[in-house]
Amino acid sequence: MNNVWRDTWLTFERQMRLSLRNPIWVALGLIQPLMYLALFGPLLKPVVANTPGLPPGDEWQVFAPGLLVQLGLFGAAFVGFGLVAEYRAGVIERQRVSPASRVSLLAGRVLRDVVVIVVQTLLLLAAAVPFGLRAPIAGVLLSLLIVAGLGAAFASLSYGCALLLKSEDALAPLLNGLAMPLLLLSGILLPMSLAPGWLRRLSDVNPLKHTVDATRSFFTGDLTSSAALWGSLATIGLVAVSLWFGARTFRRESA
Amino acid sequence: MIHARALSRTFTTRTGPVEAVRGVDLDVERGEIVGFLGPNGAGKTTTLRMLTTLLTPTSGQATVAGHDLIRDPIGVRRNIGYVAQGGVTLPEAIAGEECVDQARLYGLGKSAAAARGKELFDQLDLGGLWERKCSSLSGGQRRRLDIVIGLMHSPGLVFLDEPTTGLDPQSRANLWNHIGGLRDELGSTVFITTHYLDEADHLCDRLLVIDHGQIVASGTKEELKAGVGGDAVIVTLADPARTPDASGVMATLPGADEPVVGDGQITVHVPEGGGLLPRLLRELDAKGVELAGVEVRRPTLDDVFLSLTGRSLRDEPAA
Repeated sequence: MNNVWRDTWLTFERQMRLSLRNPIWVALGLIQPLMYLALFGPLLKPVVANTPGLPPGDEWQVFAPGLLVQLGLFGAAFVGFGLVAEYRAGVIERQRVSPASRVSLLAGRVLRDVVVIVVQTLLLLAAAVPFGLRAPIAGVLLSLLIVAGLGAAFASLSYGCALLLKSEDALAPLLNGLAMPLLLLSGILLPMSLAPGWLRRLSDVNPLKHTVDATRSFFTGDLTSSAALWGSLATIGLVAVSLWFGARTFRRESA
Repeated sequence: MIHARALSRTFTTRTGPVEAVRGVDLDVERGEIVGFLGPNGAGKTTTLRMLTTLLTPTSGQATVAGHDLIRDPIGVRRNIGYVAQGGVTLPEAIAGEECVDQARLYGLGKSAAAARGKELFDQLDLGGLWERKCSSLSGGQRRRLDIVIGLMHSPGLVFLDEPTTGLDPQSRANLWNHIGGLRDELGSTVFITTHYLDEADHLCDRLLVIDHGQIVASGTKEELKAGVGGDAVIVTLADPARTPDASGVMATLPGADEPVVGDGQITVHVPEGGGLLPRLLRELDAKGVELAGVEVRRPTLDDVFLSLTGRSLRDEPAA
């Protein structure tokens, strides 16, 4: 009667319906990357033109991939707050006493977040075209996959932490503390190839840095570079670890 | 419906292990409304969370709604309804959708779930509120909605955790009627935890009292009350000078304890105060003792609680 796929779909459907009732949040989530696009992007043209050591591509091919990864990170990292609210309302407990698969309760929520992030990414890309973004379609599609993976990974991490802590007050510093160094060490705004040696080595252990490099490579049409390969592997690894952590937390008896 | 043996749960805390529940045995038969009483920290909630599969017992075993708690938790979940203390609905969600969403997790189809939900809405006086946002419902309505959600899959056994906490007196009385109806009209077995003795007194066929992680008493209200030494018979004399005569008569009542004199009244405890009253009055009359008043006070569950746990339930802060 119950199976993981059906329960995941039911959970997704419910969460999506609740999200669509307040589409304003989807729009608000886009405001930050759009502001970067409009108010920060134009600054980059002279920087990219005059700085040695940058990856190939024009300023938008360097910058837009960073914004995409940022959307994947920040669009998903804070979804745990919604879960704390659901927990407080008794919804999580009510679903956990049903025969539904507990992993599905996570998977359905993560799926909703991935769909929202992919839609936001498409809107962001469309907005970047008038600014001058030009990129091969295959590279853009692969980048979308990467962003979807990041969304799944960070949503899952965020939900797992939320279910462990069950408190906004504890969750906020934890998520901020994780997201900020990940962001700064990823080269989202400026490529890490500009960094001094010690900073670059530090950034090498950040999977997001490799993800950003891969996305930049995709945007210049180089789908098989070593950056593309390593970045894709880093993303897959991140997704695997995060989903495992989330699933383990949701299955825990007393969580 | 519930058969638990030596159910225990120990929590590991920073200051060492805490035995929240220490070997609970309990049996609930089909069609009973059983009240589960205990002060805060007695192990009530932990026991409830174990019986509803939300917490794995450290040791012991239980069969709940015909399924083994440890080996077949999914089987248990399919057959029980659980209404948590703090409510189960999202404020921004639509009442009817909450019901349908929950029912579908039990395998019901969309239209079957909606039909079932609307039927329960009518039964629990929620007619016309199907499309309403949960946040717009009153406290009593929202509590009844919680119960509807717990009943969507027609469970044979329903757990209600502090069902009327935070409701105004009218809503409480109304909810009591509905809880009685769960058994009388829907044939459900009901397991209620409560802080309120009047609630237990009003609703439950049988009571279980837990304290310090163990069941300290179980039985019908009458059995438990009889256990505290019976009814108090209190006489007030027209002429206090006749106190020795009156005390003498009262001490000879069958099963009476030592009469206590104070405040111009004489009090004695007997097993069946009401039945002995005519005899007492006749004997006092024969001795020419005139009465200003007589009263028989039945023991309350609070007396039961006090004698079992040494604490009054009323003194406990609300959970």
